[in-house]
Amino acid sequence: MSRTPLDTVEHAAATPDVELPWAELGLKKDEYERVVEILGRRPTGAELAMYSVMWSEHCSYKSSKVHLRQFGEKAPENDALLVGIGENAGVVDVGQGYAVTFKVESHNHPSYVEPYQGAATGVGGIVRDIIAMGARPVAVVDPLRFGAADHPDTKRVLPGVVAGIGGYGNCLGLPNIGGEVVFDAVYQGNPLVNAGCIGVMRHEDIHLAKASGAGNKVILYGARTGGDGIGGASILASETFDDAKPSKRPAVQVGDPFQEKLLIECTLEAFQEKLVVGIQDLGAAGLSCATSELASNGSGGMRVTLDDVPLRDSTLSPEEILMSESQERMCAVVEPEKVDRFLEICEKWDVIATVIGEVTDGDRLEIFWHGEKIVDVDPRTVAHEGPTYERPYARPAWQDELQADDANKLPRPRTADELKDQVLQLVASPNQASKKWITSQYDHFVQGNTVLAQPEDSGMIRIDEETGLGVAIATDGNGRYAKLDPYTGAQLALAEAYRNVATTGAKPLAVSDCLNFGSPEDPAVMWQFAEAVRGLADACQQLGTPVTGGNVSLYNQTGEAAIHPTPVVAVLGVIDDVARRTPVAFREEGQLIYLLGDTREEFGGSAWSQVVHDHLGGLPPQVDLERERLLAEILISASRDGMIDSAHDLSDGGLIQAVVESALLGGKGARLVVPDGLDAFTLLFSESAGRAIVAVPRSEELRFTDMCGARGLPATRIGVVDGDTVEIQGEFSLSLEELRTAHESTIPALLA
Amino acid sequence: MTARIGVVTFPGSLDDRDSRRAIRLAGAEPVALWHKDKDLKQVDAVVLCGGFSYGDYLRVGAIARFSPVMDTIIDQAKAGLPVLGICNGFQILTEAHLLPGAMLGNDHLHFICRDQKLRVENADTAWTTDYTAGQEIHIPLKNMDGRYVADDYTLDELEAEGRVAFRYVDFNPNGSLRDIAGITNEAGNVVGLMPHPEHAVEPLIGTGRTDGLPFFTSILKKLVNA
Repeated sequence: MSRTPLDTVEHAAATPDVELPWAELGLKKDEYERVVEILGRRPTGAELAMYSVMWSEHCSYKSSKVHLRQFGEKAPENDALLVGIGENAGVVDVGQGYAVTFKVESHNHPSYVEPYQGAATGVGGIVRDIIAMGARPVAVVDPLRFGAADHPDTKRVLPGVVAGIGGYGNCLGLPNIGGEVVFDAVYQGNPLVNAGCIGVMRHEDIHLAKASGAGNKVILYGARTGGDGIGGASILASETFDDAKPSKRPAVQVGDPFQEKLLIECTLEAFQEKLVVGIQDLGAAGLSCATSELASNGSGGMRVTLDDVPLRDSTLSPEEILMSESQERMCAVVEPEKVDRFLEICEKWDVIATVIGEVTDGDRLEIFWHGEKIVDVDPRTVAHEGPTYERPYARPAWQDELQADDANKLPRPRTADELKDQVLQLVASPNQASKKWITSQYDHFVQGNTVLAQPEDSGMIRIDEETGLGVAIATDGNGRYAKLDPYTGAQLALAEAYRNVATTGAKPLAVSDCLNFGSPEDPAVMWQFAEAVRGLADACQQLGTPVTGGNVSLYNQTGEAAIHPTPVVAVLGVIDDVARRTPVAFREEGQLIYLLGDTREEFGGSAWSQVVHDHLGGLPPQVDLERERLLAEILISASRDGMIDSAHDLSDGGLIQAVVESALLGGKGARLVVPDGLDAFTLLFSESAGRAIVAVPRSEELRFTDMCGARGLPATRIGVVDGDTVEIQGEFSLSLEELRTAHESTIPALLA
Repeated sequence: MTARIGVVTFPGSLDDRDSRRAIRLAGAEPVALWHKDKDLKQVDAVVLCGGFSYGDYLRVGAIARFSPVMDTIIDQAKAGLPVLGICNGFQILTEAHLLPGAMLGNDHLHFICRDQKLRVENADTAWTTDYTAGQEIHIPLKNMDGRYVADDYTLDELEAEGRVAFRYVDFNPNGSLRDIAGITNEAGNVVGLMPHPEHAVEPLIGTGRTDGLPFFTSILKKLVNA
């Protein structure tokens, strides 16, 4: 991109033969030719920069779009949905005039390159998406996946990621209330750093990313624009890591949470005074994205003077300014007579704000530099009419073999002692062990509305102090299940998150997802993706929980080796009164432990098969969505009517994992009896879906079992909260001390 | 008759809303104060809340100490205005020399968030009369720079004068010298501590305990009875 002479629109038209570095910027030959066709001439350097970032996989969803349509086509009727897919984040009605917006996004590749900043700016980005909807952010969650727990590089990546999430989120004053931490060698060179955020607003405060009204001013505010993250979107998100290439460190953005905190407060104050017509955050693709999307979603016309963008580095070229992903910036469209007040609010918060352009009555996005026009495009072609690929996909040849390698045939413990040893081994394994060492680095308390936080089944936030109205969120995913069967695996992720919201007493309402997969250019990966999307869309339709938005992260692979297909699903729920929430911990001795749902011999993809046999094969647990719905209804009713005092979802690790967690959190043991028709091993380790354990006060037993009986939900009394051991009658007994040591010392030993 | 208690918002303050809520739940009237404003709006007491004022750049609390609102607070605190510094507020009070000592990074180098057990060592300050000396309470703690340090002479003096207001019990979460969690000035009107009493004022929220509420009822009683 030569800067002498400046590559103006006029110059581009006059010099059709100039070769531009479209390949280096990540465009394919046919994509570049399409740009030339759209413009009727070669693009200027600045235009090329815009098209290349906006048409990258990360921004355009070009490989995934054709599949993602199902989320809209199969969307269930849902009165609660106020804003659906396509905006910065979906918005859901939670009653009493409140609306909640939430979304999960990935920041995988940057977090591998630079764990602290990659993770920190992941939090920053998702928080700005939430503010851009008009909402005050109230909580964050972080589903994380790393390589093997004992791999030396995990010790580099994980502490950096955790410190980055904490360093950024804590400084913003957002409680971190949930998420996951999973270890698996498949994520060695491709950690998954997903970040979710919830925001709350009144219905009338919903804002959208659109620039309308000719003459309205476009204001860029927040941090100055620097050279960080240039090409981050197109280079980092769209290519596979390859050892041969030079270090990509400079492409990762650097975050400043203090600046973001000011941005939040100043934006919310501007919303409160109704000063904003449209708003967009600057994330991937920076100004290219914000200007083209705002213009494209409005009437179409916008004129921007790039010289007015405040810079951190005065040597930046116009192309670099357009591509920069400097953090903590937002773009607002404001009516001329309100500009002064808007700027005043920014000044109050010491936030730099500059009018950089205005909405025009044309349909072109025009960008000027030193008085010359360097961009003249139809913004829709940049923002919304990128390429769409029908990538070939095919069920991989190895899928049958994988499924035939049945985990149910693995050797099982033969004696009570072996069973006991395997229980200890399971609860101490990195995936099943307590994550307190990690979560204690996050602030759970700030804002003073946290009702539940990890390790509870879902995080819960009170949103109205008077009525007690609250929202819950859970995020779940199981790459092992999805590898065995991506369709079922995606449904199991949804089922688990749905169940986790219900076990805390909240009603599941809506879904956001973060779909983490390998390279879409590999037909096997594309098949996994297609199956997972189909599975999730079908399940959302059946459970009545629409997908409101989310994110796709592709190219998560090193060389030929892709990660497990890892759809991470977030479910948002609502609870009328947080006083009715149900925690995980056993609270009172003598309460009866009931197992809800059916337990089958299902060990494919299970934690037991991984921990004891290092095995992955067979089929994942079956999914019965009608059962999930019934279980959820029972759990919600029982919470509301005070029939249960604690509840815990059963998922990876099975029943024993859940019992041990409830016991350790409450400091109260349990005595369990193996019910008729089941053996101890299956009872403890099976991962059949659609199950939960609950602790029922004796006074409520009859009412509770009557309700389950009448509704047709199997409820089996399996024991009682008692003493300071977890005992399986006739098998073994483990003291809480012994269990606590096993469960809580693993992660610090590996990472501290 | 109630009392007006101000809560200062600096850029980067995080627990200002929470502190105002705690004041309200205790029965007093919370008043928002702004860092650029020298005017304290005739409040009867001030809370400097937690957060990362001015991004905690340079050194925790170092920039906030020079803000216009602090000029007034420093003068009035010396004249007896009750001031409570929580976490970042405590850090600001040491930077302002209203309290002795300083705060360093936690000895384990990580941010730490936990339900912390404390012992109330001094129940005679403006902010602690609703406790009894020796009482053990649980208050959430969350910080990166919570390691209280001072020279031996100062520490001995604090101990001798009963100015160690709170001590960590069972577990020292940040390497603070002599397990000190909070201190008071000689007059007992200025108190600073690292844990967050404003996060322990409602039975359902946070850890579900209300052990922090007496901070706010103590000051209210003192002001109303004055």
